[in-house]
Amino acid sequence: MKLSTFKKGLHPEDYKYFSRNQAIETLPPPDDVYLPLQQHIGAPCVPLVKKGDRVKTGQIIANSEAYVSAPVHATVTGIVKDIEKYYHPLGMRETMIHIQRDGEDEWDYLEKIRDWKWTPKEQLLKTIRDAGIVGLGGATFPTHVKLNPPDDKPIDSFILNGVECEPYLTADDRLMIEQADKILLGMAIMMHILDVQKGYIGIENNKPEAIARMQKRVVELGYPFKMVPLKVKYPQGAEKMLIYSVLKRKVPAGKLPLDVGVVVNNVATAFAVAEAVCEAKPLIRRVITVTGDGVTQPKNLMARLGTPFKELFNACGNVKDNVHRIFMGGPMMGMTQYHLESPVIKGSSGIVAVSGDLVEELLTFPCIHCGACVKACPMNLLPLRISKFGQRGMPEQLEEYGVTNCIECGSCAFACPANIPLVQWIKVGKLRLREHQAKLAKEKA
Amino acid sequence: MTDIKQTPQENEAIKPAPDSGKAVASEEAKPKKAPRSRLFRSERMTIVEPAPHAKGKNSVPRIMYTVILALLPAVVLSLFLFGTRAMVTIMVAVFAAMVAEYVCNRIMKSPVTIDDGSAILTGLLLALTLPPSFPVAGTALGAVVAIVFGKQVFGGLGANIFNPALIGRAFLQASFPVKITTWSMPAFAAKGVYFDMATKNAVDGISGATPLGLLKFEHIGTQLKPLLFGNIGGCIGETSAIALLIGGILLLILKYADWRIPLSYIGTVFVFSGALWLINPELYPNPLFMVLSGGLILGAFFMATDMVTSPVTPLGTWIYGVGMGVVLVVIRIWGGLPEGVMYSILFMNGLVPLLNRWTRPRYFGEIQEEKKK
Repeated sequence: MKLSTFKKGLHPEDYKYFSRNQAIETLPPPDDVYLPLQQHIGAPCVPLVKKGDRVKTGQIIANSEAYVSAPVHATVTGIVKDIEKYYHPLGMRETMIHIQRDGEDEWDYLEKIRDWKWTPKEQLLKTIRDAGIVGLGGATFPTHVKLNPPDDKPIDSFILNGVECEPYLTADDRLMIEQADKILLGMAIMMHILDVQKGYIGIENNKPEAIARMQKRVVELGYPFKMVPLKVKYPQGAEKMLIYSVLKRKVPAGKLPLDVGVVVNNVATAFAVAEAVCEAKPLIRRVITVTGDGVTQPKNLMARLGTPFKELFNACGNVKDNVHRIFMGGPMMGMTQYHLESPVIKGSSGIVAVSGDLVEELLTFPCIHCGACVKACPMNLLPLRISKFGQRGMPEQLEEYGVTNCIECGSCAFACPANIPLVQWIKVGKLRLREHQAKLAKEKA
Repeated sequence: MTDIKQTPQENEAIKPAPDSGKAVASEEAKPKKAPRSRLFRSERMTIVEPAPHAKGKNSVPRIMYTVILALLPAVVLSLFLFGTRAMVTIMVAVFAAMVAEYVCNRIMKSPVTIDDGSAILTGLLLALTLPPSFPVAGTALGAVVAIVFGKQVFGGLGANIFNPALIGRAFLQASFPVKITTWSMPAFAAKGVYFDMATKNAVDGISGATPLGLLKFEHIGTQLKPLLFGNIGGCIGETSAIALLIGGILLLILKYADWRIPLSYIGTVFVFSGALWLINPELYPNPLFMVLSGGLILGAFFMATDMVTSPVTPLGTWIYGVGMGVVLVVIRIWGGLPEGVMYSILFMNGLVPLLNRWTRPRYFGEIQEEKKK
């Protein structure tokens, strides 16, 4: 059978064997958690607690009035030590709430929902917001916003994203194998909220166990969902690529999946939705893959948010001596970590420590116009041109060549034989274009 | 966002594994890797760098050396056909190109780039386009011109508009018009015995015309079989289609050459000259002869596909190939020269920046946007 996929893209080696067969282990609550005020796209939260307060697990400790935002919950029971700047996994230092555990684990649950099928949608959306659920694939866009499209955008399909195309990561894979029922339940709830009938589950073909398990449960539980096994290719998990792979619809440039009538959500998000709606549990933990050849015992851990990475590595037999770089997320888009005190945030799907054997330091050559980046770019852009324009600061050309369409998947830089940091220059280009547009707007005004 | 530094920065120490007491001794013994890591990193620190943290296996030197490898069948065959003269020409060209590259690097105070293989490749390609009897000094001069005026004046690797080897060859064609069209017949072709090894010492003296020259100026056709195996007069590397095809197909399989270029180039030559041949077989040559003779195979697989001087867009590549084919047939049939591969490639090289610009592919989702409007 020919598996469906999107055009272009590439095949990085997946290195999933480190942690593929490790069942999810629940990490005991750590002694200290650090919870950043902003773990989502949208308005930042304001702390609702102050130093010295005692908080319960699941209590909302920071929230925002804004619609596009999600609250932050305490993930352990204990005392708020302070609200200070700590190392953030995405770089720099950000304001975080530091909670010290006092030994108990008392839970503060959400408002109970009796039967979600007979509950008004507004209330379900409110529960999802109160649970602090955001897109757990890494984009961290608040889920209640995604599930509440404007009335003039009819939605006809829902895609569950179980692709996990980034190398190394196996968190979603394990979750699908072990928690298929809850994931399917979460998907059913989200489809109920959106009032769509067609549900698709997209999983890459390198996860046969997850596909078999999900397929089996879909049939047994009588859901009308369609399984779509996909050809293994990076970046299939990107929203636009997945929609094309599954439905052959192209999201127009500068538009959202809503515009082609599709909502995509990650399996981890579906799991969190099911826990929030049916068990009244807010989002205080997630599955995170601790892997790489620099880790003694790679594992998939169910960890409380705010757990410092140090604790995760300790649970996995610590990092080896020859560790060369550590990054949060997959190798294609992940951020290198410079401090292991940085905490797990809602968007952390994995923490990978690699030795020098897998990731070599490479010399940079001039661009030889080989077109490898053009052949790799899933958005059909010309990365070599855009990065040059970004480097030189040429906003008109950047706009003409569609720089804003770049999804920063890193395929071009992966393919580049000259090891040019294309993605970085493209990011610079986006910045230059924004500056230029701001300047134009100012001149007009 | 603006931090686009490539160099890793020093960072906070990462706690060693608790059982690493004995690791100190082994650290000293560990071989240090790249100079960069020696500068910025002790064993306890990790690299902080932007994504991606995985890399494909391709690199610029790897591409260059693979192309050189792909040329080896033709080189070996040329040594066999033309003997020591071919070897001397190839070695002189490669050596002169490397020296020129080194001197340019030093003068321009840029890092020495001999080891990336591009200068070797330029010298080798130039040698393969010269007749075996070409004077050694002329060969060296051509290689120097190729590197200096073909590549380094534009700013080195990747910045040149024209194929450097062909710039060198064009310079030699203008400077030594007689020498460069004095062809030696391969030793055994002259003797009429295919495997007569005894004559390989005497290759110097025998001269003969190329099949294209014979056709153009004396209206004598050549059979196709010698064209395939190289048993004809011509430049060092262009005589045997089969030896070149072995390397060319290797490049296509490894995707170091865009398959569209040889296909559109050779295809256009075949179709265009075939159409002419069908109109008047007396006046115009057989299309198969057109494809196999001269430097077309060498040019189509190794020179036109030069990454630096060919378009990056798919449509641009098709236009580039078809354009070269048309120019070649026009030069060969109506032009004053018997051979036009060099000029056809150089001509289209000059159009590449424009082709890249005119044929920007539509990005994902762009078509729908326009339809909606």
